[in-house]
Amino acid sequence: MIPGDSAVFAPGFFSSSTVHTALVVGAIVSVVSGVVGVFTVLRGQSFAGHAFSDLGTTGGSGGFLVGIGPLWGFVIAGVACAGALELIGVQRARGRDLATGVVLGAALGLGALFIYLDTTAASTTGVTQTVLFGSIFAVSSSALPLAIGLGAVATVAVLVTYRPLLLSSASPELAAARGIPVRLVGALFLVVLSIAAALAAITIGSILATALLIGPAATALRLTRSPGRAMVAATLLGLVITWLSIVLAYDSYDWSASGAGWPVSFFVVALVLIVYVLSDVLRPRRFARRGRGTVHV
Amino acid sequence: MPEPRKTDASVVGVLAAEGVSVRLSGRQILDEVSFEIAPGEFTGLIGSNGAGKTTLFRVILGLQQPTAGRVLIGGRPRSRSSQSIGYVPQKFQLDPDAPLRARDLVALGLDGQRLGFAMPSRARTQRVGEMLKAVDAARFADSRVGTLSGGEQQRVLIAHALVSRPSLLLLDEPLANLDLAAGQEIVALLARIAREQQIAVLISAHEMNPLLPVMDRIVYLAHGRAASGPADEVVRTEVLSELYGHHVDVLHVHGRVLVVAGSSPEGALIDGDQPHVEVVA
Repeated sequence: MIPGDSAVFAPGFFSSSTVHTALVVGAIVSVVSGVVGVFTVLRGQSFAGHAFSDLGTTGGSGGFLVGIGPLWGFVIAGVACAGALELIGVQRARGRDLATGVVLGAALGLGALFIYLDTTAASTTGVTQTVLFGSIFAVSSSALPLAIGLGAVATVAVLVTYRPLLLSSASPELAAARGIPVRLVGALFLVVLSIAAALAAITIGSILATALLIGPAATALRLTRSPGRAMVAATLLGLVITWLSIVLAYDSYDWSASGAGWPVSFFVVALVLIVYVLSDVLRPRRFARRGRGTVHV
Repeated sequence: MPEPRKTDASVVGVLAAEGVSVRLSGRQILDEVSFEIAPGEFTGLIGSNGAGKTTLFRVILGLQQPTAGRVLIGGRPRSRSSQSIGYVPQKFQLDPDAPLRARDLVALGLDGQRLGFAMPSRARTQRVGEMLKAVDAARFADSRVGTLSGGEQQRVLIAHALVSRPSLLLLDEPLANLDLAAGQEIVALLARIAREQQIAVLISAHEMNPLLPVMDRIVYLAHGRAASGPADEVVRTEVLSELYGHHVDVLHVHGRVLVVAGSSPEGALIDGDQPHVEVVA
C-alpha cells in the first residue's frame, strides 16, 4: 500500500519536510515531557511548570523581536525563571500567591508588549498565534539541532541523576541524611524543567505547554505505580498524542472547502484530555486505591 | 581528649557524643551533651518540644556542625559517605498519586545516593523483599507509599533505613503521628530489630511512657542539656531537677511515669501528657 493513497494519511504527508520536522520535534518533546513530567508531578512542581509557561510567552515573543527565534527566547526566559524560583525557593514561591501572581502578571504584561511590537513594528505575522498557541508546523528545520541538543541534555541530566533525584523528590530529609546535595539537585531539576517547558512551548505554544508537560505524565501515573514504568508510559503516550495530532492536523486541510487546516495544538490538547479521562474510566481495578490504605492515622 | 581508636564498633560503642554544643543565632540549643550507645541498645531520646532533639539528630547525621565537641560513629568521626546510620525522619509526606511503591523506596535505601539507575539483580530484589518481610510490610510492598497509613509508612521507612545494614538507626518522633495501637506495634518491631540484628536504636519522643518497657537507656534532654543512663537511674526527682535547673517531681502513677514541674501552682505537666491523670503538684 502506498501511504500517500491511504485514507488516514493525506497526499503528500510523507514527502513534506514540514511534517518531517514536526514528527522529529514531536518525538523529542514526548521523550523529554515523559521523563521530566513524571518527576514534576512527583515533586509537586506543576506550579513551576505553569510559571515557566507564563514567562515563556515573554521569552518567545522577545525572541521574535530580537530575531533569535522563539525557541532561544523560551529557553532563556525559562532558565532565568528557574534561577528566580531557586532564589525565592520553589515551595515558598508557590505558597506566596500574591507576590508570585504579581511578578508573573508583570512578566506576561511584558510579553503583551513584545507581541504588540512584533506585530506592528516588525510586521511578523502570526507571532501571537505562534507564541501563545504554537504550531509544530511552524518550527523551522534550522531549529532542529538546537531542539535535539536541548532534549538530549534534559533527558541525560534526569537519567544520570535518577536515584538522587528520585530520593530527594520523595523526601528531602531522607536524601539529605544520605549526603545528597538536595538543593543542588533541585536547582538542576528546575533548569531541566525549564528546558522541557521551552520544548513543549514551541510545540503547542506557551499557554498550552503545561498540558503536554503534565498531561501524559499524569495519565501514566494512573496506569502504573513504579517511577521507571511511568516515564516509559508517559513517553509513549506523548508520542501517540503528538504524532496522531500531526496526522489529524495535516488531514484537516481537506476537511473544509476553504482548505484551512485546524491547529495542531488543538488536537494535542484535545487528545491529552481524552486520554486522561479514558485512563480514569478504564483504570484497572487493581490500581484503585486500597480503601483501608487511604485512611491516614 | 581520647585518641580515636581503630577498634571494632562492638567494643567502642556505636555512637558517642562528646561534649556536643550547638549555638544557633545566639541561642544555646545544645550544651555539652555527652552520652554513649552500645550495639543493640534501645535508647530513647526524651525531651519536650524545643529541647534540642532534632538539632542533636542533625549533628549525628552530619547536617549540623557542632560549635564544640564531636560525635563518633563506631569510634570514628562521621564521614560524609558513611552509610552506618539509618534514618527515619519525622516529616514524610507523599502524594497518593506519586509513582513510588514501597519496594521502590526500600530499594533507594540500598544506594539512593548513587548516580544513574540501579541495575536490576536478583540479590537486590531478594534483599528488598527480606527487609519488607522483616518489618511486616510484605503485603503492601507493591502499593504506592502515598496511599499507605501512617503506621504502614513508618514500617516502609524503617525498612528503607535498615536495608543497607547500618549499625545505628535514628528515628525522629516516629510515634508522633500514630495512634496508640500503631505506636505500640512500631515500638515492639523496633525492639525486636535491635535485639535480633544487634542494631542500636535511638528514638526521639516527647513522651517516654510508650518506650519505658523496652528502653535500655534514656538520654533525657532539657534546655539543651542531657542526662543519660538506665531509665530508673535518670528519671528521678533529683536528677531531673538538676537538669531542668528547678525542682520537678517524678511521679509513678499506675505504672506510668509523670514529670511534673513542682514550683508552678498549676502543676504543669512536663512529660506524660495523659489526660486521665490528675496531677497535684
